[in-house]
Amino acid sequence: MSQYLILIYEDEASYADATPEVWGQVSAAHAEFGEKYKASILGGNALQPTSTATSVRRDGADVTDAPFAETKEALGGYYLVEAADLDEAMSIAKDCPARFGGVELRPIMVFS
Amino acid sequence: MLAATVRLTRDIDLAEECVQDAYAQALTTWSHSGVPDRPSAWLTTVARRKALDELRRAVALRRRLPMLLIDEVEPPVKIGEFPDDRLRLIFTCCHPALNVDAQIALTLRLVCGLTTSEVARSFLISESTMAARITRAKKKIAAAGIPYRVPAASELPKRIDAVLAVVHLVFTAGHTAPSGSELVRRDLVERALDLTRMLRRLLPTDADVAGLLALIRLTDSRRATRTDAAGRLVLLEDQDRAQWDRDAIDEGIQLVREALRRRPPGRYALQAAIAAVHAEAPAWEATDWRELVALYDLLLTIWPSPVVALNRAVALGFRDGPAEGLAALDELGAEPALAGYGYLPAARADFLARLGRVAEAGSAYEEALLLTENASERDFLARRLERLREAWH
Repeated sequence: MSQYLILIYEDEASYADATPEVWGQVSAAHAEFGEKYKASILGGNALQPTSTATSVRRDGADVTDAPFAETKEALGGYYLVEAADLDEAMSIAKDCPARFGGVELRPIMVFS
Repeated sequence: MLAATVRLTRDIDLAEECVQDAYAQALTTWSHSGVPDRPSAWLTTVARRKALDELRRAVALRRRLPMLLIDEVEPPVKIGEFPDDRLRLIFTCCHPALNVDAQIALTLRLVCGLTTSEVARSFLISESTMAARITRAKKKIAAAGIPYRVPAASELPKRIDAVLAVVHLVFTAGHTAPSGSELVRRDLVERALDLTRMLRRLLPTDADVAGLLALIRLTDSRRATRTDAAGRLVLLEDQDRAQWDRDAIDEGIQLVREALRRRPPGRYALQAAIAAVHAEAPAWEATDWRELVALYDLLLTIWPSPVVALNRAVALGFRDGPAEGLAALDELGAEPALAGYGYLPAARADFLARLGRVAEAGSAYEEALLLTENASERDFLARRLERLREAWH
């Protein structure tokens, strides 16, 4: 088994404008996803928006009140999952809710 | 053999190393005791044993010979030897998590057994760029855990599509080289044919595989007549049909019939059927344009590509007359995907010339020349333009 991080990239503006109904749908979708793949999900979190981000570069010598890179679709949450191979990880990732964007799948590096 | 060893090691680099070792051992052992009855089985056994040793000791990959030398001595895997392993290897190389360039490079390198420098030459890029591309792809296979197996039945049709798309790209790159001085890159056409034949053996009932094999055989049956003795492009209209490869045509037509039995017919089957209509016409004048337009219409419903629409417009022009063909082409003029495509102005030029609108035809040929990079095709367009100007003055 290998571990993969599902990084959820979505348009933050769409969430800023979202109605309570949309928020309810999003949280229901994540609850359903979490239930369906509870055997595979090792952890996960939603992140505060990039307006709260602080970037610290070059060993703390350079601190900025901004995300590392300004992009339309920003990292907004993640799941850590366990899967037999990339095909299984992709099939989980395809079900991961991301209505205002998509997800990126990254294998966790194993140090031997 | 490489495929059989990869299954064991799940690591392409290590497998290549073990295969290489097995060949080295064969050189010494066989010179003493003679070549065994089944040399390939002998080699595979030795390679897999070496792979097991490597795995047991869990030592890092050791490079005993420079990469180039490994490239020189590693032969391609023989078709049909370990069908399941070869199929697994193809599906790994053509995994959708790899970009298409990487899929093509890996397939030629690992499934066809081309050296890195041969693969690089085929696509007119430097060997170091190709080596980097292949290395990156292999690393991704290992690090991301791209599986080495034939996909489950539920995903198989989609994954076969990806494999066939790669093989088709290899073929089209060979059939009309995108640039360079030669119209046809024989090596790429042969590789595509080998791969499709292999897929046909592995998946004998798949209609899309039959369709692609038919398409390649029928298109390639005209090989000897597509250029003249001086290497200049000869249009279908002017080709000597007596020189077309009848064996290839017969095989292709039989395969088309088989592929068309599936409903609805697939993209390759329909393209092959179009090629078959040309192959069956005893002369250009006897071409069944009604059948061709109908086939293009069918093809457009499953594959709405502007290039297909362009070909349909040309067929329409031959069925109904150049004015109708020109009108159909002009409808496609606004299509952004065709903006840089030299065949559109070239087709317009031909219909304009047939209509006697010589000045417009001339500027359309000039436009086509600006958009065409292949030297044979450029030469053809330049000759057409010249002939037009002579007739005009």
